[in-house]
Amino acid sequence: MAINWFKYSAPTTFYGLAGKLIPWFAIPAAVLFAVGLYIGFAVAPMDAQQGEFYRIIFIHVPSSILSMFLYLIMAGYAAMGLIFNTRLSSMMATAMAPTGALFAFIALWTGALWGKPMWGAWWVWDARLTSELILLFLYLGFIALHASIDDPRRADRAAALLAIVGSVNVPIIYFSVKWWNTLHQGSTIKFTGTTMHVAMQQAMFTVLVACWLYAIAITLTRVRSIILERERHTKWITELPEVKQ
Amino acid sequence: MSLDIWMRENPLAYVWLGSYAVAMLVFAIEIAMVVHKRKITLQQVRLMQEAGDEE
Repeated sequence: MAINWFKYSAPTTFYGLAGKLIPWFAIPAAVLFAVGLYIGFAVAPMDAQQGEFYRIIFIHVPSSILSMFLYLIMAGYAAMGLIFNTRLSSMMATAMAPTGALFAFIALWTGALWGKPMWGAWWVWDARLTSELILLFLYLGFIALHASIDDPRRADRAAALLAIVGSVNVPIIYFSVKWWNTLHQGSTIKFTGTTMHVAMQQAMFTVLVACWLYAIAITLTRVRSIILERERHTKWITELPEVKQ
Repeated sequence: MSLDIWMRENPLAYVWLGSYAVAMLVFAIEIAMVVHKRKITLQQVRLMQEAGDEE
């Protein structure tokens, strides 16, 4: 039997689906986060050059990856909302922005914590660090712009433009270590392979998957509130069991 | 200067408290905010519905 996926692009049907999906993402996220940290701290060996400080990468690298990917997905949703005028796409973009901003903040914060013992400085105006900071400002700009316009559909359109224009920053972050002479190291994991210890890879990928699942769960939870808020005048909202209580 | 010495003497505590505890705190705050937002929104929708019923 073919599934009509377009059915779930309507807030009416997506609201219920999102509610059912949340535990399927949230519980594995918590479990994988615990497993990843166990591997990262109890199994993975100490680094020969960086000592124990390298263990920051198990949260730093997944947060950085998530901050970039979430921005691209957010911009994609915002563009879909702008082009096709689909309500749910814009709601999804709005729901993703705070989580993306938090991941960008964690990436910068943990990077600073790693930088102090390794480079001797919390912060340097390096291309990678600066472009990641711009990404955080873009997220904050998106949230602030959206919140400053009362009409939600106009807010969606204005914020979408900012998200689309700002997406040019993501490849700049990724390629900054190749294009410029940066203090920040290049990619350790490449398509051609890696020299990382297998336990380090396992810890990093487990936390990465946990972060993805967390981001999906929290976005779905937030989008349900946005749907409730925006559709509050509709009949289907008043008929929801949680509203009738 | 004292932080420099402390972090080199206690690298694991520095990593845990500085990055993982902060990250978990950030996640906990986000979860609490999302749950609170849902409660408030549901309350607002119920109030609107009750106001509509009374009219």
